[in-house]
This record gives sequence, C-alpha cells and structure tokens, in this order.
Amino acid sequence: MTPKREAPFTIEPERYEFTAPPSYVFQSGRRDFFKILGAGLFIACAISKAEAFQESGGRRNSEDSLPQEISAWLHIGEDGTITAFTGKVEVGQNIRTSLTQAVAEELKAPFASIRMLMGDTQLVPFDMGTFGSRTTPIMNLQLRRVSAAARNFLLGMAAKQWDVAQSQLKAEAGKIVDTQTNRSLTYAQLVKGQQISQVVPAEGPLIPPREWTVAGQALPKVDGRDFVTGKHRYPSDQKLPDMLFGKVVRPSAFNATLASVDTKEAEKLPGVIVVHDATFLGVVAPDSATAAKAASLVRAEWKTEPQPSSKELFDYLKKNASPRDERNDDSRSETGNLDAAFASSTHTLEQSYNVNYIAHAPLEPRAALAHWSDDQLTVWTGTQRPFGVRTELAEAFHLPDEKVHVLMPDAGAGYGGKHSGECAVEAARLARAAKRPVKLVWTREEEFTWAYFRPAGVIEVRSAVGDDGKITAWEFHNYNSGSAGIRTYYDVPNQRIEFHSVNSPLRQGSYRALAASANHFAREVHMDEIAHSLKLDPLEFRVKNLKEERLRAVFEEGAKKFAWGGTKTANHGFGMGGGYEKLGFVATFVEVAVNRSTGDIKLVRILTAFDCGAIVNPDGLRNQLIGANIMGIGGALFEAIEFENGRVLNNVFSKYRVPRFRDVPLIEALLIDRKDQTPVGAGEAPIIGLAPAISNAIFDATGIRLRSLPMAPLLAPHGLRFS
Amino acid sequence: MSDTSLHINGHEYQVTVDRQTSLLSVLREFLDLTGSKYGCGEGQCGACTVLIDGKARRSCLLPLSAAEGKQITTIEGLAKGEQLHPVQQAFLDEGAMQCAYCTSGMIISAVSLLNANRNPSDEEILTAMQGNICRCGTYPRILAAIHKAAGVLQRGQP
Repeated sequence: MTPKREAPFTIEPERYEFTAPPSYVFQSGRRDFFKILGAGLFIACAISKAEAFQESGGRRNSEDSLPQEISAWLHIGEDGTITAFTGKVEVGQNIRTSLTQAVAEELKAPFASIRMLMGDTQLVPFDMGTFGSRTTPIMNLQLRRVSAAARNFLLGMAAKQWDVAQSQLKAEAGKIVDTQTNRSLTYAQLVKGQQISQVVPAEGPLIPPREWTVAGQALPKVDGRDFVTGKHRYPSDQKLPDMLFGKVVRPSAFNATLASVDTKEAEKLPGVIVVHDATFLGVVAPDSATAAKAASLVRAEWKTEPQPSSKELFDYLKKNASPRDERNDDSRSETGNLDAAFASSTHTLEQSYNVNYIAHAPLEPRAALAHWSDDQLTVWTGTQRPFGVRTELAEAFHLPDEKVHVLMPDAGAGYGGKHSGECAVEAARLARAAKRPVKLVWTREEEFTWAYFRPAGVIEVRSAVGDDGKITAWEFHNYNSGSAGIRTYYDVPNQRIEFHSVNSPLRQGSYRALAASANHFAREVHMDEIAHSLKLDPLEFRVKNLKEERLRAVFEEGAKKFAWGGTKTANHGFGMGGGYEKLGFVATFVEVAVNRSTGDIKLVRILTAFDCGAIVNPDGLRNQLIGANIMGIGGALFEAIEFENGRVLNNVFSKYRVPRFRDVPLIEALLIDRKDQTPVGAGEAPIIGLAPAISNAIFDATGIRLRSLPMAPLLAPHGLRFS
Repeated sequence: MSDTSLHINGHEYQVTVDRQTSLLSVLREFLDLTGSKYGCGEGQCGACTVLIDGKARRSCLLPLSAAEGKQITTIEGLAKGEQLHPVQQAFLDEGAMQCAYCTSGMIISAVSLLNANRNPSDEEILTAMQGNICRCGTYPRILAAIHKAAGVLQRGQP
C-alpha cells in the first residue's frame, strides 16, 4: 500500500455515499465451491482487519467456514479455467478487464484462461460496493495477492511432485517449468483430481509494476464482441420462463401520501394484478405496454404538501443549515489563527459559489427481475452494491440474508447513481403477489424523479494573501453539497474549513467524485480570482502555494503540454483547474473561443494531466478520463434538476440537456505513469478540474466571472451562449 | 389485438399484439431480441435504434403497424455469421465503448449513415449521430470508429 500520508492526502470520508454496515453471514462454505466449480485448487486471501474495514469482512463460526476478512478468492479448475471472485461490479469502468490483468500478471496465466465472477452474493466475498474509486487501490491489490499466493502454492506442488527445490522452478503461461530440465506441468495437470482449499495470508512479494507484462498493457475490453453484437444481457435484458412485467404507480409528488385508491378499472384488463401494500402501489401484466396501461387506470388520490422549489434553492440551503453538533463534530477543522491572519492582511477576497442538483441519468435505468421459490428470493438487478441491495430486500421482506440472492450482470452504467435497491424491492413485492417472476424496468421519467441526485450546495470562500503571493488565510464553508475534497491542498497556515448539513429538499447521494466537483469548483475558481486580482499568472500563483510534488507535477507538465502562456488566438481564453481526489492528482486545462458577432461560446480543447500511480490499463484509463471530462461538461454547463413543490419539471432528456456529440471538443489525456506508486482509481478524479477550468477560461476570454453550476444559463444576460 | 408479420434480420415472425405497441417492446418482450435498448421512450437517446429498410429509426416510437412489411435489421442481424459488420469491428478495434449500453444504437445509426454516405465528413457524422447519447462519454472514439469503418467500406471489404 501507499505509505500513509498526512491529511488531506487520504480518501476523505464522504457523508453521502450510500452504504450499510456489513451484517454478513457467508452463504457458501469452501467445499461448496468444488460442487459448483468442480475439483481443483481454491485459494482465499485473508487480509488485515484495518484493510477489511471498508470492503469486506464476514463472520461465521462453523467448521467449514472461511475466516474473517476475506476480500477475494480464486479457483483453478481441472480444465485450466481460472475463476476469480469479487464483490466489485462492472458498470462500464472496465474493471472486469483490469482485474483480469491483475490476476493474469501475478498468477502467470494466460489472460484468456481467466474469468471474473462478479457481484453474485452467493458466490463472492462480501463487499461494501463499487464506489469511491476503491476497486484499483484495494480490490486490484487483493487479487494480485491471492494470485501471487496461488502461484506460489502451485510452485510448491510441482516441487513436491518432482522432488526438487522450489527455487529452480518458475511459473509462466499457465505452467510450472523446471529451469534445470525444461520439463513442465500445466496448472490444470497439477490440480487434476484434487480438492485443495487454502487460506493464505495477504503478504509476500508482488511483481513490481516495472516488471509487469500483462498488467500495464492496453488490453481490449473482455467480452467486447458480446457488446457489439447485442448478445450481452444487461439487468434489463434478463428473463425467466413465465415472467411478467411490473409497473409502479408513483405518487404525484415527493412526500405525498395516498388519500384514496380505486383499482377496479385496472383490474378489468386481462392478466393484470394490482398490488396495494401500505405505501406501495403497483401492477403486474403479461407485457410492459399492458402494465403501463393498467397503471394509468389506477385512480389514486395523493395528498401533497408545499415544498421548496429550485428557484429558491440556494437561499433555502443557506437558511436551513443544521446547527453544529459540538459533541461529536468532524465537520469542522481549524488550524492556525484565522481571525488574526485576516486582521493583518491587505489582500482579501470573499465570494460565494453554487452548484445545482444533477441527475446521473445512466442510459440503462434501474431494472430488476425478481423470482421467489418458496421463501427464497433471487433478484437480478443493476446495482453498485449487490450486498447492500440484499440487505434492503432482507429487511423489506423480513428474511434472513441467506434467503436472498442478488446477482448483478454487467450493467448500463451507474456513476454513483445505483447504490440503492428500490427497483429490486419493488420487483420482488410484485413477484410475490403474482407468484411468478416479475421484471421491472424504470422509465426515464422515473429514473429522473425517484432515484437520487448529486447534492446541490452553496460554498462560501474567504481568503487572504500576502504581498509575496502566499495565501495566509483560508475560510471555506460548504452548505449541503458534501465533504469530499473540502480541504485545501494548498499550503495555508491559517484555515477554517466547515461542512454545514442541511435537510435536503431532494433525495441525494453518491455521484462520480460527488462533492469533490463542487469543492474543487469553488476552490479553483477562487484561486483564479485571487491570481487575477494580484496580477499573477494562475499557474505561477498555484505553484507558489503548493508543496505536494505530485500535484505540482500534473499542473506543470499539463501546462507545458497545453502550451499555457503560449500565443492565444484573439477572443480565445485559457483556464485551469485541478486538485487531488480519490488518491489521484489532476490538472485540467481548457481553451474556449468567443464569437463576438454571434455571441456563441464554444469549448475548443481540454487537456487533463493525471497521475493515478502505476497504470494498469492505459486504454481503459484514457476512456475513463476522457469520459469523465465529457460527463463533466454536462454538470459544468447545462445540467440542473428543476423542481417545484415536490415535482421534477425536467424529467426527460428533451428537457434535461446531457452532453452529445457536438458538445465535445478536442480532449487530450496526459497520463503520468508512476511505476513507483501503487495504482489507484481513475473513474472519478478526472472530472474535478473541468468545471473550474471552463469558468476560468471564460473569464480569461470575456472578463465575466461565473460562480454557479451549470454556467451556460448565466451567460444569457451577457448576450452570450454555449452553442 | 391482431396478427402482424414482421421481417427481422432475414427471418419472418408472427406476433399477436396490439398494433400500436412499440416495435421496441415487441422486439424485446415477444421476440427475445434484447440487443435494442430502452433508454428514454421519447426518441431522444438513440439506444433503441434499428434499421427499417436500411435507415435508422427509433423503435421506441415506432408502432408495430408502421414496421409491418418493412425489412427490419437489429444489432443481432448485422454480422454475417462469425463475420462482424465493419462498423461492429471498428467499434471493437477502437475500444469505442464503456458500459456499452448505447453501443447497439450507435452502431446501427452509423450503419445507416454509411449506407447513404460511404465517405462522411466529421460534420456529416456529427449530424447523423447527434441523436445518440453515450453517458459514459465515448464520443471521440465512436467518431474514430465510424471513420475507420468508412475506410473499410470504401476499400470494398465485406
């Protein structure tokens, strides 16, 4: 692991990640694996409690049990097939490929002989979920360890069989080779007829990144062919014999209560069942069109209450902050003497920044197929937290965990938006009433309304700077948007940083980089404002206040590649923004162009310099980095949930603008491959620099300072627009 | 509720269903052709795109009655046996996917474009593809894949 760093260089706890405490009982004993997978070698890796804290951890007392703190295991079958098991799931971040590379590398087995079994609660070790960019720093490491242990075990088996010293043997391409005689045994031959299960400690040397031959390579997506031929079955594509289709009758507004309901008309449709249970109202039908029709025939009266609306959102957030809990308070940090520093300073600046609620809008909406067999429940669903969904199901139906089986086929994205299991619970409730399997796929309108949102927020920043351009004081208050990335990585002796929680008017939760986007937006725009007020170059000003070598490096190397400070076309502007998030270092540079006669502004190019340690798959990394920037264009320029009295007003793509082909400028990735550093995640961090870089570039081109996301609507009063 | 016959991917199908049902629902629920995806139901995202007589159409908005008698091609019918269509191959070669939920609609839309124009400019590709959403943001690679497939098709390969 990376040596422990001083704060803020750790993953900061994020209060809005949807998580649940691990209340896990292992479903399968190790002998069950031989039943499922056949004979062979089964290796599990035990890790320390501290490491297990976030990702794993189980308990079971029977003789057959696996020990606590197992996060990964693998099986080598008699036919040479290697199966690695993980609770992480694939939602487009391409970890099925990068984790396979890690196993192939350490096990010295052919890439094609390895399959990843992911997100199946009966077969994989407990896992908190796929969020927080933890797959690469933690799961990748665990799979490397269990694979290295398996390789070592196979070497030992061969040494014993040949009665030679293990030191004269080597593992390569799925075989153990005797370097003295050149004889060899494949892994399949070694495990033939065996049922060996081993739990090994997570220690022993790993192959250093500099010596990687499979990891570190730009290997294409596993099963790519299934995706270009339509063969892959996403959660919404699952089916079972006798399956029916469900539809939920939604309340007319958030927090509405059901006053009365008349289901007679709906029940007249052939094959339709209406389910009304406490607050839940739904229908089941032989096909989705009939289900939609039946739902529309349910006459429900809802009682609603007045609620805050998006028009008054930022006022509301500021005025409704909860009082601080003095007893147990980690929401505020203070160093130095802030008041004294402000009192003695000549250059001070105070500004406020806003971010709106935005939606994840994964292209595949929530979907679940639920099936009851007696009191055993099986659900296939798109989720980033299969074990979390299992808990939700177990609680909703008063079942023990072992009666619930959740499976997660590779899904149509999440971006932090699929941590919850409401669709699975709804499908299961409908299936129980219908006594047949039921599939439920949320509509786009439901996904835009009844999922959860990235938190909105108000951020107030006050700063003081000395004549030498060094920041002396920094005060930062975040109302509601969250605490990820709240601390400054610039060196400031006197600081007060505080998060203020608010009873959010909308349901809110995880998102790609979550609050880090808002906190970096406020901080990096504010840095630009100070630099301009002091007539300092924004790069020079940042570097002057930055000790962290890796962060300086991304700013400086990125600036060089971008030609920061070089010649600029008339009416073009340059801007930068960057920082540190989820253990990765980011600097993004943006060029915008303004057409003075038409008022059109466009993005010309984006460059992101990124250091996430040793790179596991540069092709997948580029895809994630460029994708994060493109997704970030939406939140920076266009996206905002508009709501009024508990109703979302723009719950369709025709009213909610997400980035499309024409919105995409030239985007360059400058990947800094630090082979001396542990690999860390890359799905989230590259999004954080974009919004401030765009704001700063617009200021550079126009002199207009934009302090609220999304920015495009703010340009209209200036006669400007994003085309 | 009546019988409708459909020509899909070179096969004949008979379905008994309300003729106002969307083609997408029929493909997915009655014929188990799940390669065409639901993304929005309002023709805004392109995930459901199929070819009707060689041209891209949004199957979520197309009533069954309007598809009758037409040649329908879905993503499942694009390859010839094991031989991928050049657009499919180009998407693989360029790694032009992440979660890949949009991919079948992207590929079908690109095939429609290339059926009409073997040598599209960037501008023509953007115009043709603007109605397809990729939330993972894989647009630059999709653009590159379409150019690559255009090159293959111009050289007269499959």
